[in-house]
Amino acid sequence: MTTKPLKLRELAKGEDRFAYGHRMCAGCGAPIVVKQVLMATDYPIIASNATGCLEVSSCIQEYTAWKIPWIHSAFENAAATISGVEAMYRSLVKQGKIDDKQVKFIAFGGDGGTYDIGFQSLSGAMERGHDMMYICYDNGAYMNTGIQRSSATPFGANTTTCPAGDVIPGKLQQRKDLTRIMAAHDIPYVAQASPGNWMDLMKKVQKAFEIKGPKFMNIIAPCNRGWRSRTDDAITLAKLAVNTCYWPLYEIENGVTKITVKPKEKKPLTEFLKPQGRFKHMFAPKNKWMLEQAQGYVDAQWERLQKEAAAGEAEKTPEE
Amino acid sequence: MGKIVAVTGNEACAEALKQINPDVCAAYPITPATDLMQRFAGFVSDGKIDTEMVLVESEHSAMSACIGAAAAGGRVATATSSQGLALMWEMLYIAAGTRLPIIMPLVNRALSAPLNIHGDHSDGMGARDTGWIQIYSENAQEAYDNTIQAFRIAEHLDIRLPAMVCLDGFIVSHSIERVEYIDDADVKNFVGKFKAVNPLLDLDNPKSYGPLILTDMYHEYKRAQHEVMTKVPGIALEVAAEFEKMTGRKYGLFETYRLEDAEIAIVVMSSAAGTTKDIIDQYRDKGVKAGLLKPRMFRPFPYVEIADALKHLKAIAVLDRADSFGGYGPLFSEITGSVMSMDTKPPMINKIFGLGGRDYLPNQAEQVLDELVKIAETGKVETIKEYLGVRE
Amino acid sequence: MSKKYWETLPQGSVVLEAGNSAKFKTGSWRSMRPKWIEENCIQCMFCWMYCPDMSVKVNAEGKREDFNFDYCKGCGICALECPGKKGNKAIVMEEEGK
Repeated sequence: MTTKPLKLRELAKGEDRFAYGHRMCAGCGAPIVVKQVLMATDYPIIASNATGCLEVSSCIQEYTAWKIPWIHSAFENAAATISGVEAMYRSLVKQGKIDDKQVKFIAFGGDGGTYDIGFQSLSGAMERGHDMMYICYDNGAYMNTGIQRSSATPFGANTTTCPAGDVIPGKLQQRKDLTRIMAAHDIPYVAQASPGNWMDLMKKVQKAFEIKGPKFMNIIAPCNRGWRSRTDDAITLAKLAVNTCYWPLYEIENGVTKITVKPKEKKPLTEFLKPQGRFKHMFAPKNKWMLEQAQGYVDAQWERLQKEAAAGEAEKTPEE
Repeated sequence: MGKIVAVTGNEACAEALKQINPDVCAAYPITPATDLMQRFAGFVSDGKIDTEMVLVESEHSAMSACIGAAAAGGRVATATSSQGLALMWEMLYIAAGTRLPIIMPLVNRALSAPLNIHGDHSDGMGARDTGWIQIYSENAQEAYDNTIQAFRIAEHLDIRLPAMVCLDGFIVSHSIERVEYIDDADVKNFVGKFKAVNPLLDLDNPKSYGPLILTDMYHEYKRAQHEVMTKVPGIALEVAAEFEKMTGRKYGLFETYRLEDAEIAIVVMSSAAGTTKDIIDQYRDKGVKAGLLKPRMFRPFPYVEIADALKHLKAIAVLDRADSFGGYGPLFSEITGSVMSMDTKPPMINKIFGLGGRDYLPNQAEQVLDELVKIAETGKVETIKEYLGVRE
Repeated sequence: MSKKYWETLPQGSVVLEAGNSAKFKTGSWRSMRPKWIEENCIQCMFCWMYCPDMSVKVNAEGKREDFNFDYCKGCGICALECPGKKGNKAIVMEEEGK
């Protein structure tokens, strides 16, 4: 199958594989992520879904928003579940019981179901080498249960389990860098994407689907309820996350790191933080140190990523 | 014709799975089931079967992958024990609620704490309410036969439920016994081709598995699930009848031993039934009218049929190889449930025995029978629940 | 004999009709309503790409038409992301029911 061209008008003529009538909140980033992922390819896709916002809002009672075969079984096991589906597909194709239709397998999970409770299941499935892609839509907290802290919650954020109080000003730990951890599994493809950069996101999905074996994509998915932002700013924030280098767009293909979209100018992190109520307390004069610490972390991560990308570049053009 | 072999319970179950050749098997090692699955993995590695093994990183993922594979639309098996079953707990309910016919030999073992790797029924009893069919086996032959029959029962189009085939850890799983194997072709023919129901792999008719169902329908789904369970005994008996035709070996929902004219009886499951039968023979020789009832199917539980088999007794002892702390043993509770439907209720006692693999010895059966003789004479029960063979 | 309600439920609660969420209209959630001003529209299709509710109608030529108000939840992403023409937005948000 040839990779389909990513022209907006052509894409718009196609049929969505994720239907309206889903019950995600107004302005949620997750359905934008799902639609872009599914739209990137014409391959048949079968998906699993961890329990979470996306799952409860997309398949409820007798209604489903999914136009592809889809399975949810529990919270911590989207990777294991799809690995079973993929194994059955492989078995039946091998035995000649069904035809090979180049089916692609995706597991969707939020950050809670991916970074935290589903991490073991994800790590196991990646190590086993299933031909599947895991997509984490990362909104940085347990939004479905009411905005509780996860290991993806950024430093300083005010959540319902790490509220910004008089003594403890929000989350005091940096977020887990799951994308790097997945890269450390030495799987063929790992990428970070943002729905605000749809072309980059869809190219990555396309690339991933041409690679056999386990793939992982971490996609930022703004949540206006949890981020305490406006219902209309999901895409704006998704772009600011990229342009402040809070959420750099890069890929690691067979161990080689490449930054896929470099911001024209790296904006101060406060531009990403300011529109979000969850960081409001950090702008109080007494919490200036928090802003500095948050910026320092982003700077260090960005610095390291650039070095890794430079090393990747050098590898591609060996010296004469 | 089949062949007669000397094998362990685990080996016999692995052979049954090999003969059935499931499409996918997702498993994680745990004593004493490890040996079963590693033998099976050997068949896969040697290309003797087509099964895709998914060697997961936990039992939770094992059952999750089995659920994915079964929903995809093919035949699925796994095996586990004890803590492994406990870790699967969440997924057991989901497998049953989603109506996926996954077959799982459960090599019964005690639950921690304290850590113990030996046989008792704590694990299986803990999964009593998961919605799985539970079949208990006395010996390696039964474990082998039950595994084969379980596929037919679970995959029956009127049933479509997961089933666990239970065998006692070490006592059966690791003891070498005489077992009659059925011919590969006969097993294949008996089990038949897998019929997929709503397969996820049907790309032309995409389905969504696992919706959120709230207050207005959940209750009804559970009602429907119970109804399906009520159909299991009938199907199990049909399958058993066919199995008997093929092998000459007879299976029911439970087995009775010298029960018809008995005045006192022991109700006990699995390997302990063998020892008990020997002692019953000795008591019969002494003129004591003793008998035995060994439940085979624990879920669904055949309350009415068992009541009918026990109704003429003057005293009954129910032996539980599991405990419910602060309650009666789980089997005892079921037998008291059966007794509900009797006009005159026989006196009953409950003995907890063999926890953590503690040997069930002939003198324990004797002790119980002696007590039953007394109760039958006096009609009086001193203590309902007691522990057998516990160090005082 | 007629079946009881619980006997009619799909086995294992599987949803057999793909994409039937379309029967569940979410347009009533809206408190703000996007207004499409066609003369300012350059057909960039960003609104279509970013709509979380697939509520921008597209015709056979791949051009946008008006919103699908059966499903639009009125989040306003389209209006915010709309580049418009010469600084004039092609989508503006208005209070619902006004």
